[in-house]
Amino acid sequence: MPDWWFSNAVVVGLLASCGALAVYVRRNRLWSEAAAGLWRRRPLAILVVVFYASVALADSIFWIGGVDAGNDVVKQHEALSLVDRAFLGTSEASYSAPFADVEFYGGAPLQQQGLHPFGTDILGRDVLYLVLKGARVALLIGGVTSAIAIPLALLFGVAAGYFGGRVDDGVFFLISTLSAIPGLLLLIALIMVLGQSTLSVCLALAVTSWVGFCRVARGETLKLRELEFVQAARALGVSEPQIILRHILPNLAHLIVITYVLLFSGLVLSEAVLSWLGIGIQGSWGQMIVQASDEISREPVVWWNIGAAGAALFGLILAVNFVGDAVRDVLDPRTLREEA
Amino acid sequence: MLAYVLRRLAYGVVVVFGVLGLLFVLFFAVTDPDDIARQSLGERVPPDVIEAWKADHGYDRPLWPWQDWDDNQLFAHYSAMLRFDFGRRDSDDTKISDRLLDGMGPSLSLTVPLFVLGLVIGIPLALVVAFFRETYIDRLGVLLCVLAMSVSILLYIVGAQYLIAKLLRWFPISGFDPDPSVIVRFLALPILVGVVAGFGGEVRFYRTIFVEEGSRDYVRTARAKGAGEPRIMRAHVLRNAWIPILTQVVLSIPFLFTGSLLLESFFGIPGLGSLTVDAIRGNDFSTLRTMVYIGALLFVLGQILTDLCYALVDPRVRLE
Amino acid sequence: MSELLRVRGLTTTFPSEQGPVAVVDSLDLAIAEGEVLALVGESGCGKSMTALSLLRLVPRPGRIAAGEMIFRGRDLLQLTVPEMRGIRGRDIAMIFQEPMTSLNPVVTVGAQVVEAIRLHEPATKREARRRTVEIFERVGIPDPEARFAAYPFELSGGLKQRVMIAMALAMRPKLLIADEPTTALDVTIQAQILELLRELQRDLGMAILLISHDLGIVNELADRVLVMYAGQVVEEASRSTILEQARHPYTQGLLASMPSMARPGERLNEIPGVVPPPSDWTAGCRFASRCERVLNVCADEAPPEVAAGPRAGEIQRVFCHAVAREVADA
Repeated sequence: MPDWWFSNAVVVGLLASCGALAVYVRRNRLWSEAAAGLWRRRPLAILVVVFYASVALADSIFWIGGVDAGNDVVKQHEALSLVDRAFLGTSEASYSAPFADVEFYGGAPLQQQGLHPFGTDILGRDVLYLVLKGARVALLIGGVTSAIAIPLALLFGVAAGYFGGRVDDGVFFLISTLSAIPGLLLLIALIMVLGQSTLSVCLALAVTSWVGFCRVARGETLKLRELEFVQAARALGVSEPQIILRHILPNLAHLIVITYVLLFSGLVLSEAVLSWLGIGIQGSWGQMIVQASDEISREPVVWWNIGAAGAALFGLILAVNFVGDAVRDVLDPRTLREEA
Repeated sequence: MLAYVLRRLAYGVVVVFGVLGLLFVLFFAVTDPDDIARQSLGERVPPDVIEAWKADHGYDRPLWPWQDWDDNQLFAHYSAMLRFDFGRRDSDDTKISDRLLDGMGPSLSLTVPLFVLGLVIGIPLALVVAFFRETYIDRLGVLLCVLAMSVSILLYIVGAQYLIAKLLRWFPISGFDPDPSVIVRFLALPILVGVVAGFGGEVRFYRTIFVEEGSRDYVRTARAKGAGEPRIMRAHVLRNAWIPILTQVVLSIPFLFTGSLLLESFFGIPGLGSLTVDAIRGNDFSTLRTMVYIGALLFVLGQILTDLCYALVDPRVRLE
Repeated sequence: MSELLRVRGLTTTFPSEQGPVAVVDSLDLAIAEGEVLALVGESGCGKSMTALSLLRLVPRPGRIAAGEMIFRGRDLLQLTVPEMRGIRGRDIAMIFQEPMTSLNPVVTVGAQVVEAIRLHEPATKREARRRTVEIFERVGIPDPEARFAAYPFELSGGLKQRVMIAMALAMRPKLLIADEPTTALDVTIQAQILELLRELQRDLGMAILLISHDLGIVNELADRVLVMYAGQVVEEASRSTILEQARHPYTQGLLASMPSMARPGERLNEIPGVVPPPSDWTAGCRFASRCERVLNVCADEAPPEVAAGPRAGEIQRVFCHAVAREVADA
């Protein structure tokens, strides 16, 4: 199955699960109150994140054909996303400033084909287009990596907290070993060994970020295990997997949500650093910044590509940080208790 | 107390063994020695040259002890690392330990001022913000922290280099000269960037600690006794808050030695961070292996130091 | 006995989605010198917040919105902050429910009592230490000299609470506010602490505002009782009157639901329903939804204050429409 079918399938899957989630939240009083509280606190930040997510989704819907690409036969048989199609044929020959009429090619000015609100880069590609494409990469990094790291952390953490004994010792040893290695260094080592494909980078990021939440999950499970309702369930003869699934995990749900959001921004920022080191993901804003950082020393100064990528990165991280703080306020059991 | 220290040391040793094992799996078991050879020698090199290189570097021996108890890479790896015999760089065959010693000086000259400045500026600032908890000063402070934290360090570095080095020409863009009379000029910019980039997260972290301690019951008791806010901050909140802060501080000390990868490579400071970045760029596995090992060793050391500190400072631990 | 504290119309609010909520709503109370007044009610009825309001220790974002608190002729709400600090710990002292967390864990208990002294008087360290050891002995802490240098975690719950009491009484306050002083302690220790409080109250001629949800404790210590529900006072009377002739339906329900009141094998009485959240509070009586004797008027009009003293000279205040009708008909 070609790559792009997979991408489309993921989009459908994501939208479907969002729908299912929305229905569930509606029905559950605690969660719908939390969601309402979240919206009240940071509506702008939520809208910004939704905007970025929409762009990323748009960039993930691919199909072949249906374009008038003139002489470009390759493009007619290439899978293009919605975003690609919107910016088809907007390439210039070389870089130009935002809204400029003129571009630079070999030192001599050249007439511009179209309007470029963010200018073009050295290869003539529209910077707005590149920035929009970066959204998909960023959300991939934040979203997919967390989706790997958190279940991993839950698996080990809940097992360690619930079963104790040797399982706990083993997990504790694993955590200690992994966390003894400075995060960035381990990340680099993993990528150099696993390869630099998108999946490997995500995997590496996941391996270096699951330990923190694992500790939290373990601690919470230890506490929950001693609570009366769990002991009651055990006395009633409920099997261990059932107890974990129906009593322990739902009580960790709020922590999962908080951790997911808080991990997100850290991961995206980490990828930017990886790009600087040359082992980031293709097309990310980090890469754009790194590539463009050389051009700042030119005359005339080419500032718009690094400015746009930097602003896009800052915008997403800031919005996610705001949402993350609001999520933590809304779901923190201490806050819940105080407001009661 | 002695038993406690010994216990921690023993577990530290266990962790180091675990780390070395993980490193072995990553760098020896998963990576193909042919690839490593080619990185160093070049792509189009005849197979017998590759074999010779591998034999020279010990990559031709069996991996695991059960394959050959007397001569296998696992044992060789452990014994070398534990003896601090790091061998040579894959890229240019210089002794890694020499490079390590050379690099420590420049790294420390950057990280130590950075660290101290961060504490000296960050903690009082956090204290002030926490003192005005729930007022607009606090909200503004937290907002600024979040804003500062949301900017990628890359942007700080590029921005600083452009604005200050290029436009204002106060400091050179990069470079390093250990001569005491000029060293400040080269370190000023990276230290400035490092402090600004980190201060958002740090102030927020310290503030959270102060606010948490400030909302504890014993603070309420102190108020009920008639204590004023300054006294409460000083004699009650700080007295308790500095324990987790100290933990963080002591934990960070070992990392002063490994240097900052980004700052050093961007600003051309020839420390251990640059060494690591070069290793990444050059696919130099042996150096990278060494750096990761050193990092882990220092971390374990930091943890033991932290536990010791804790035992000395917190009466609850001391008198157990 | 002269009047020590008179509170009129105390209203303490907290902000909420629906606007400020009065968790203490127009509360009146009075304590005479040397008297023990008990403030009784379920969790969340506002009794702790009342106590904190008296010392102006309401945690942010709450605030005291209205009222006057006349203590020995001065309105506490009009004092400046430094003046208020002079009152706290010296004229009015407070002990809290959780001795576990109410003491600074990294400072010795002796030092914490010394702080209480030196905040209000220029005593030397030696003098303050001597007095501290004296008070430790007075409150029944064994081996007081040695205990001076102990850390809170080294002491049992009962001992910690004795330290709290010592700290509160160091400056011989006129009024001690005790917020659930025995709730977190074992039953046997509870009895000891109550006995201690009774002794000290007698010896020092100190007034106590005792906050509790436990009617048994109230019976042991109190002279008068104030019953609170959902931020408001519903009944006030002497101890014996409350226990034998309570007139407010809520008080009667509370008394009837005590396990000691039931006979073996009998089903325990309960008050049906739950305390309504602030968002459900109306202009009418807040207990209406759970009241056996509810009338139509209860939902719309605030219940009037009814003087229903059983004997001459004894005050019994009840806030209830049904009781008002009873008294009018009588």
